[in-house]
Amino acid sequence: MGNDSTTKTLIVATLLCVVCSVLVSGAAVSLKPAQDLNKVLDIKKNLLLASGLATDVSKMTAKEVEEKFQVVETKVVDLSTGEYVDMDPESYDAVKAAKTPGQNYKIDSKKDIAHIKTRAKLSKVYLVKENNEVSMIVLPVNGKGLWSTLYGFLALAPDTTTVKGLGFYQHGETPGLGGEIDNPNWKKLWIGKTALDAAFEPVIKVIKGSVNPASANANSEIDGLSGATLTSNGVTGLVHYWLGNDAFGPFLAKFRATTSNGEGVQDEQN
Amino acid sequence: MSKIKEVLFKPLFDNNPIALQILGICSALAVTTKLESVVVMAMAVTLVTAFSNFFVSLLRNHIPSSIRIIVQMIVIASLVIVTDQLLKAFVYDVAKSMSVYVGLIITNCIVMGRAEGYAMKNGPVLSFLDGIGNGLGYSLVLIFVGIFRELIGSGKLFGISILPLTSEGGWYQANGMALLSPSAFFLIGFFIWGIRTWKKDQVEKGN
Repeated sequence: MGNDSTTKTLIVATLLCVVCSVLVSGAAVSLKPAQDLNKVLDIKKNLLLASGLATDVSKMTAKEVEEKFQVVETKVVDLSTGEYVDMDPESYDAVKAAKTPGQNYKIDSKKDIAHIKTRAKLSKVYLVKENNEVSMIVLPVNGKGLWSTLYGFLALAPDTTTVKGLGFYQHGETPGLGGEIDNPNWKKLWIGKTALDAAFEPVIKVIKGSVNPASANANSEIDGLSGATLTSNGVTGLVHYWLGNDAFGPFLAKFRATTSNGEGVQDEQN
Repeated sequence: MSKIKEVLFKPLFDNNPIALQILGICSALAVTTKLESVVVMAMAVTLVTAFSNFFVSLLRNHIPSSIRIIVQMIVIASLVIVTDQLLKAFVYDVAKSMSVYVGLIITNCIVMGRAEGYAMKNGPVLSFLDGIGNGLGYSLVLIFVGIFRELIGSGKLFGISILPLTSEGGWYQANGMALLSPSAFFLIGFFIWGIRTWKKDQVEKGN
């Protein structure tokens, strides 16, 4: 039978397709658990990094990450009411839910300052505990930069207004320009800044150029990234959106109400 | 023996897939901002080229010529997907930073070019070595470009600080231009210039 006969062509094509598809699907299925583990680990590492619980995560093993993660309590929150929802946080994926009809919420285009169009109705929150008291609230945030959607974590003190850290675990901004949102020195600038004003409205802002320490708003301003105005604006937008009333606002209000002494501290500060 | 040597080392300088054949430029621009991703990318391309050459060569006497390109594509695509899955499972951080470019090895002309140009006519062992050789030729250019881009662009090599940056209290003002794709064109241009000054026979004749 000649190589170019129709029968041989069909046989070769069919056999090759079967063999290759078995190979590809075999690899995909057998490696899936390891990949999923990596993804979860990656998110946890970034959470530790953003919240300052760990500084050098790149060399940490899975076990060390889990150990550090002991102090973190993960809960699922209904964003519209701010109430905790009784479900297993491990199995819930808010990023996926944001794209799933029924599980997502369409953001009113006027309120959509993070430019994400939809978000999940439920979101995870991470409560870092010290001696049974919440010492930090870590909120997952996302929003559009220049080229890509940025995914990250914003860590707040229990007064819900002081920033404890910010970090992004996934983005596609230009390395060296917008990609500098990963620069540890820039991320350090966020620590200790005031994110919400006296009426608990988001005020923190990435400005153009450097912050003038004498300015009245210096405590709510972050140095801009040079050559990356749109990424900087994107970061401001997403922080405002997620801290605002359309997202974590109700949850943060509830949180302040339950920890009354936290509110007391807040009043004195303002 | 000399044949093996020729197959393995000729693609480094004499017949470099990027510098002489001008193939695979796309990924040479895309992944060369960091040496770490350069090394992983180079390894991935080398292995994919070697194995796709090997399998295509094994099948070469049974491939109907009317569908030979499709057959080569299927072999290459399957290998690339498996490589991508392996990277995501074992070196997640690096795989994340290379995002779509691993998948785009499928469209890397070097892989296809070697399958069609070499493996269809030669035995599996030689084809395998030819794949390794061309992969090394590709790696050489990528590493060259990567060293300059990472050093000039972020003052680091393999993520280790070599030139302390002004933004971190050092003296070196990072040149962001090196991190943008056009700089890789210049560097590849310099590389080709260097090779053609050294090996005059690669210079194209004027019309």
